[in-house]
Amino acid sequence: MAEELVEVRNLGMKYQSPNGEIEAVRDVSFTVRKGEFVSLVGPSGCGKSTILSIISGLLKPTAGSVRIGGEWVRGTSEKVGYMLQKDHLFDWRTIYQNVVLGLEVRGTLNRESREWVLSLLKTYGLYDFRDKYPNQLSGGMRQRAALIRTLAVNPEILLLDEAFSALDYQMRIAVTDDIYRIIKKEQKTAILVTHDIAESISMSDRVIVLSKRPATVTAIHDIRFNLKERTPLACREAQEFPGYFNMIWRELDVHV
Amino acid sequence: MFMSDKQTPALSKERAEYLRKVRFRKYATLAVRVLILVVFFAAWEILANLKLIDPFITSQPSRIIRTLGNLYREGSLFRHIGVTCLETVAGFLIGTILGTGIAVLLWWSDFIARVLEPYLVVLNSLPKIALGPIFIIWIGPGPMAIIVMALAISLIVTILEVLNGFLSVDPEKIKLVQTFGANHLQIFTKVVLPANVSSIINALKINVGLSWVGVIVGEFLVSRAGLGYLIVYGGQVFQLDLVMTSVLILAVAAALMYQGVVWLEKKLVKNQQMYGQL
Repeated sequence: MAEELVEVRNLGMKYQSPNGEIEAVRDVSFTVRKGEFVSLVGPSGCGKSTILSIISGLLKPTAGSVRIGGEWVRGTSEKVGYMLQKDHLFDWRTIYQNVVLGLEVRGTLNRESREWVLSLLKTYGLYDFRDKYPNQLSGGMRQRAALIRTLAVNPEILLLDEAFSALDYQMRIAVTDDIYRIIKKEQKTAILVTHDIAESISMSDRVIVLSKRPATVTAIHDIRFNLKERTPLACREAQEFPGYFNMIWRELDVHV
Repeated sequence: MFMSDKQTPALSKERAEYLRKVRFRKYATLAVRVLILVVFFAAWEILANLKLIDPFITSQPSRIIRTLGNLYREGSLFRHIGVTCLETVAGFLIGTILGTGIAVLLWWSDFIARVLEPYLVVLNSLPKIALGPIFIIWIGPGPMAIIVMALAISLIVTILEVLNGFLSVDPEKIKLVQTFGANHLQIFTKVVLPANVSSIINALKINVGLSWVGVIVGEFLVSRAGLGYLIVYGGQVFQLDLVMTSVLILAVAAALMYQGVVWLEKKLVKNQQMYGQL
């Protein structure tokens, strides 16, 4: 069994505001192994994004702790790469300038890292577009550029916060496939937060089902497909898929 | 760029028709604009000549041209224009730089922004012209008091406009750089400032107009030179020719300065705009 890279223990989060206290997360524990792809699925507004923000070090939990590679998370870490809902490429920067943003902020932009970025751009077909502006790229290419921006700082673990949910449905399925391949090729560990059951099943090795707010762990499922080469698209068509879907759907207990 | 006929020799009939219409509309607009101007000045001149309106009160174009000539021969035309333009540019630049600077400070410190908010609201609603006499007494009647007047009028608006732009930056964009571990300064230089080039330019555009108001009011109050002075002086001695001439020069100068800012905008936001609009 591979080593445990992320360890979330008894996590709790209460937000304070003048109007009162909101408990977003209660006693959430799980681990993620190196190279694993794990999804957190839960109803909208249940506090799943809060969990990601805590893992990334952007938020401090009010209870519990997170360890990454054995180290306590205190503030943002170089081991963590974060992908947001939208690509958030900056209009005023070229693709290349966008992609090196993280290196720039961390002060690690040097010849070596520059070459690493250029090789990523080459591998993923954006090299010829490096001097273009984001508005000149298609939605899928923009997502790739956003992923490369995250990979440029060479994180061990990727946090995907409802990533791709700003795209339209068809585009989203294609982009999901694309991004999944890249993540696997780069051998990254990933945690995806989503409210889309199908998406979570098609991408993950494990799905963690969360309850309504305050988020608690309802169930954890190992997702296994009898496929030669696993891709999100192939998973969606596999015979195991509907079974997983129905089970998680029931656990989410969605009411209109 | 679609219009280069050499590259697209086979324009469809509909396309040609459309282009012809676009061109026609463009020229028609321009023609009517010029026509309005010509008719306005011609009517003014003719009505004054026929004594249907009293040129002593309304002046008339031929008298304005004569006044312009006189001022030029006396050598004071460009002195007056120069004084006013200099004061305006000074007020405009100081207002923009200081206003943007204060906006940065308020963005930086939430606490200071909160503390100063009621003061900004009061100062914003206060008619700054009321402060004129105070400036004159404190600073003395002269160009400095006029510049301060222009500053007083444009400063608060600049602060509010630019701060508003800073605060409306997408929090997700800020979160993005924070995930890379960005500090406050990096958040500002990498996201907030570049995202706000256009709101700063907008503040500039508003400032141009406000600086002119400030300078002319200031000149009304204290000056011995400048277009505002000419207007007040002309009014006092009932020389409407002088008043009208000064107003016309003012209109041209203000329009030119505004165009200057528009030109600057084109230069600065070239990349964003060029690709944003395609």
